[in-house]
Amino acid sequence: MNLTLRIWRQSGPDDAGRMTEYDVRDISPEMSFLEMLDTLNEELILSGDEPVAFDHDCREGICGACGMVINGEAHGPERTTTCQLHMRHFDDGDTIDIEPWRASAFPVVKDLVVDRTAFDRIIGAGGYITAPTGSAPEAHATPVPKPAADTAFEHAECIGCGACVAACPNGSAMLFTSAKVVHLNSLPQGAPERESRVLDMVGRMDDEGFGGCTNTGECATACPKGIPLFSITKMNREFVRAARKG
Amino acid sequence: MADGVLTVVPMAVDTRTDRRPSSYAGILWHSTVGKKTAMAVSGIVMLLYLVAHMLGNLKIFFGAVEFDGYAHWLRTIGEPFLHHEWFLWIARIVLLAAVIVHAVAAYQLSRRDIAARPTKYAHPSPGRRPSRRRFAPQVLFKKRASYATRTMRWGGVILGLFIVWHILDLTTLTVNPHAAAGHPYANVVATFSTWYGNVIYIVAMLALGLHIRHGFWSAAQTLGANRPTRDRTLKAVANLLALVLTVGFLAVPVSVMTGVVS
Repeated sequence: MNLTLRIWRQSGPDDAGRMTEYDVRDISPEMSFLEMLDTLNEELILSGDEPVAFDHDCREGICGACGMVINGEAHGPERTTTCQLHMRHFDDGDTIDIEPWRASAFPVVKDLVVDRTAFDRIIGAGGYITAPTGSAPEAHATPVPKPAADTAFEHAECIGCGACVAACPNGSAMLFTSAKVVHLNSLPQGAPERESRVLDMVGRMDDEGFGGCTNTGECATACPKGIPLFSITKMNREFVRAARKG
Repeated sequence: MADGVLTVVPMAVDTRTDRRPSSYAGILWHSTVGKKTAMAVSGIVMLLYLVAHMLGNLKIFFGAVEFDGYAHWLRTIGEPFLHHEWFLWIARIVLLAAVIVHAVAAYQLSRRDIAARPTKYAHPSPGRRPSRRRFAPQVLFKKRASYATRTMRWGGVILGLFIVWHILDLTTLTVNPHAAAGHPYANVVATFSTWYGNVIYIVAMLALGLHIRHGFWSAAQTLGANRPTRDRTLKAVANLLALVLTVGFLAVPVSVMTGVVS
């Protein structure tokens, strides 16, 4: 496959940045999207140019490090992470636009790399339990109803990649925040901080400059882990309940 | 400590819960989630009013005497407990408060939302289209925000401007071509006998239908009332409300235009 790539190049946070065109040849349809970028970077390095900077780590779709907007869609045309997107989903001769996540809370560090520490600060505001942890506790010490365990697990699948923010027209982090709130608020272990968790995490999310939710559903469509839009509904319910309790 | 200096970690400060507004209303109004709650509640208040308003409008099909009599009766609701027109004024104050809360929250949230995405994507978001993944039939189509969802902001602005014109036209009669106080039937017919009266009204009612189509379901989401088992019902109710209100309101100008009401 021969492809034309139009990639966002930005040398640093203060650079204005621009879309730059590259041609890549002999791409195998079995390559992952990141391997295709590796191929481009090898050529760039050999010709003495600066390689394209992008985040990646596990390359098996579980860490949430990689992420770029491909042809206007977070993680590209398939519902998966960028590392698990394969070139067979593109056609020979395609022009592919590659851009970083766009949100004021996610400033561009370089090229396709954005600073996602705003997510860490949201987690720091309440995405944990205060019970002492240490060695693994006996499994039946705290009984967890099966439906609650299922809900918690479904929401714990969030890998914090930021695709929800990138896809949302308002740059909102509601789906990320709600995934963690619902995960912990569903479990008995998370019950002691049930109210403060949702109030503090939503407060932190607002302070970081993320937009609000207008229920467009774009986040849940983009989420590679399938966190449902009802996650946000549940967090709204938790928030109003917590605000009433004070 | 090699140099004998103890570093004091302000643990009590670091781990303390951040101060929050102390009142229920304060917590709500100072967060994006709470402000949406205020928008949802004020929106539902306005929606309930619109259902009553639309049903009342349909009395125009029973003739001038009954329609004008209905308009007069509105001023006497609650008598003798309430003074003449008091019910009407209470309703107006509640509605004005709902409009103000809804519009102020929408303005503030929209400013935030636009600021949160300062750089637009060079490649526009593709529309609803089939996924190319062959072995995952459950994601055959990627769902996209509907036209109604994408037009909430400008639709809201259109409705705000319409409300101003509508009050000047049929309540204060300032811009009404007939302007006969106490004769709403003749005033309504006069408005819909002008081309601009019809255009303004029809555009506004189409905007209203779209606004309710997304707004009703969105309010249920915001208030946490939606569930996976209720989603389809809520969407159907939203579409039904949007359709019934739009058709019900549009029946009046269309009838005047076609001569059914004159």
